[in-house]
Amino acid sequence: MLFGVTGDLARKKIMPAIYDLANRGLLPPGFGLVGFARREWADEDFAQEVHDSVREFARTPFREEVWRQLAQGIRFVAGDLADPQAFRTLRETVLALDAERGTLGNHAFYLSIPPGLFPTVVAQIQQAGLADSPAGAWRRVVIEKPFGHDLASAESLDQVLADVFAPDEIFRIDHYLGKETVQNILAVRFANEMFEPLWNSRYVDNIQITQAEDIGIGGRAGYYDGIGAARDVIQNHLLQLLALTAMDEPLSFDPRQVRQEKEKVLAAVTVPQDIDRHTARGQYATGWQGGVPVVGYLEEPGIPAESTTETFAAIRVDIDNRRWAGVPFYLRTGKRLGRRVTEVAVVFKRAPHLPFASTSVLELSDNALVFRIQPDEGITLRFGSKVPGVSGMEVRDVTMDFQYGDSFVDTSPEAYERLILDVLLGDPPLFPQAREVDLSWRILDPVLERWADSGRPDAYASGGWGPASAYEMIARDGRTWRRP
Amino acid sequence: MIRLEDTSGHDIAAAIAQERHRMGSPTTGMVLTLLILTDETYQADATAAAVASAREHPMRILTLVPRPGGDTSRIDADISVGGDDGPGEVAVMRLRGDRSAHANSVVIPLLLPDTPVVAWWPGSTPVSLADDPIGSHAGRRITDVSTLPDPLAGLTIRRENYQPGDTDLSWTRLTGWRSTLAAVLDRPVGAVRSVVVNAPERNPSALLLAAWLAWALDVPARVATGPGPGLNSVALSTDEGSVELSRPDGSLGLLRIPGVPESPIALPRRALSDLIAEDLRRLTPDEIYAEALSALPRVEIT
Repeated sequence: MLFGVTGDLARKKIMPAIYDLANRGLLPPGFGLVGFARREWADEDFAQEVHDSVREFARTPFREEVWRQLAQGIRFVAGDLADPQAFRTLRETVLALDAERGTLGNHAFYLSIPPGLFPTVVAQIQQAGLADSPAGAWRRVVIEKPFGHDLASAESLDQVLADVFAPDEIFRIDHYLGKETVQNILAVRFANEMFEPLWNSRYVDNIQITQAEDIGIGGRAGYYDGIGAARDVIQNHLLQLLALTAMDEPLSFDPRQVRQEKEKVLAAVTVPQDIDRHTARGQYATGWQGGVPVVGYLEEPGIPAESTTETFAAIRVDIDNRRWAGVPFYLRTGKRLGRRVTEVAVVFKRAPHLPFASTSVLELSDNALVFRIQPDEGITLRFGSKVPGVSGMEVRDVTMDFQYGDSFVDTSPEAYERLILDVLLGDPPLFPQAREVDLSWRILDPVLERWADSGRPDAYASGGWGPASAYEMIARDGRTWRRP
Repeated sequence: MIRLEDTSGHDIAAAIAQERHRMGSPTTGMVLTLLILTDETYQADATAAAVASAREHPMRILTLVPRPGGDTSRIDADISVGGDDGPGEVAVMRLRGDRSAHANSVVIPLLLPDTPVVAWWPGSTPVSLADDPIGSHAGRRITDVSTLPDPLAGLTIRRENYQPGDTDLSWTRLTGWRSTLAAVLDRPVGAVRSVVVNAPERNPSALLLAAWLAWALDVPARVATGPGPGLNSVALSTDEGSVELSRPDGSLGLLRIPGVPESPIALPRRALSDLIAEDLRRLTPDEIYAEALSALPRVEIT
């Protein structure tokens, strides 16, 4: 059951991913999709909507027979989220679908709606008896970020869901965790011998996790204003990437074991005492991006002229454990930056002794291992190499690239495909649970509180890499941001 | 080649990535990004020279051609990746109308991560290279004052605004001359008292060579007019007589040292691609060039 079918996310990501799964033969036979919205649609109208979004956004080629199989299970229920009658109709529709298609009575609720509506919908689901599962069948609920806007609101959101669903039936979608490269962080670290010995404060100088968008907020003014970059991205995506990069080796890849290690490392994360010195925030201003003129955040439609919402956020955090003591982790995210890129860069210390003339190594910077999450999913290793030639020894940075697109010819599955499939399979390692979400808020809350008291964010020119304060905060530690 | 019309830096970056994927997996990592800022006069030659030197230095070549004025305001790009011309990635971008003032914003999404950036102005240049928005990305900034209407005035501007990382192709053109002269001066030729360089009028390389010798030997240096092409000769007056390295035809040099048989020296005028390839071999500041620049006022021109 999909709530919020008319939203961007449903149209561009969820419905195409469902088709792609069907096309790859990964959906169970008898899979049904019930849309729920306040529209006067018949089943056919909704099927047409799905069809259009699949044609436009699906990653795999359109095949008529796959579509026909999928279309047979598509239903639509028109109604208001507050109307109990609509939910009774929903129940009848689903039960009928169970009987017609043999779905074994397994139901998933995908809440692609603003979190403010969760209490209403969850209560309706419960009252209509939709949450009661017969023996051997499951009920699962899927929600999207934001998981609250601070620790207190996250906990009350948990409470709403926990009243109706068991903890392992709640799937919080963090689509970054569905990306191949993110999962590959664990594979590279724990399946190889050559990296893990270096993965500690003895060899690592600092770790930089960057998520940059080249676009502005687009049409999301209503969602974005008041939320800002830190809540939108650092709280979930970046802290999850940090956890995967910094956690200790789990005993096994059993979801419980992985989660335990992630929770352990998140619990050890601390923010600096002096938040002003070690964080930066900004708001994009009018400028040129990629040779195209763009407007500033305050000029975006729907944004109040006095908004103090940050569109760029950078923070330093530390991890107080034996492995990472003294290694700063720099997290930054922003909109309207130089280019669209997400990456985790492990920057190593400089060799303790360089037996070369100082002029030979002027162009040598620190070794780095970079996980490129998007685009160009892959891994880059940066190290020094001699420039070929007879005229002396000049050592310069070179890179060794591993690119997914090149090595795996089949287009790698879209993150949503993986996550939706995992929901159906009940396989939760990629989904953060309530405790991880709470721990992340515990990290971010002091920063957000301090920012709320410190006036306006710094303006930064669109198309660059953020405000001057971001460079200053990292320069205070004697380091620089790498150019992603 | 792919042609993108009315495009943006982001679309160009995406097109290069897509083309690279389409070609399979070129495993050569790019070692640097070369920014070429130029006009239509030098665009084709400069890009071709860079493409040729990409055999030695696999790189991303971004040629920016600002075309201010006119009614159209848009960016057009020609992109080619790999293939017969060498392993590099090339984008030639024409920035029309008001876009021409925003080359920097086009470049930012196209810079390769982690590797050095080099900027090259084959024609006219900003006054201070390192303070230029494009130049500020680059650790090495290459100019060519020989293409300017007044090369000697150009050299003066380079001298007055020098910052570590600057270099000029009229200096690179001297490498063969300098290494030969350095080898000669390692021999017992006696103390050098003065230096005369012969070249056509307004030859910036001649001036730099004289300045370099004036600084290195601490002697008076003079540039006299010769017929060309390029440098004709350099003569060092020593206590033992005159040491002369001459190149009358622009390719084969002749070395005369008192008491030693004459010997031919290959001193060909080199192609632009060779010069660029040489400059890209060293990306650290060229301190000797800086010394030669600052010794320019010591050179007498006759």
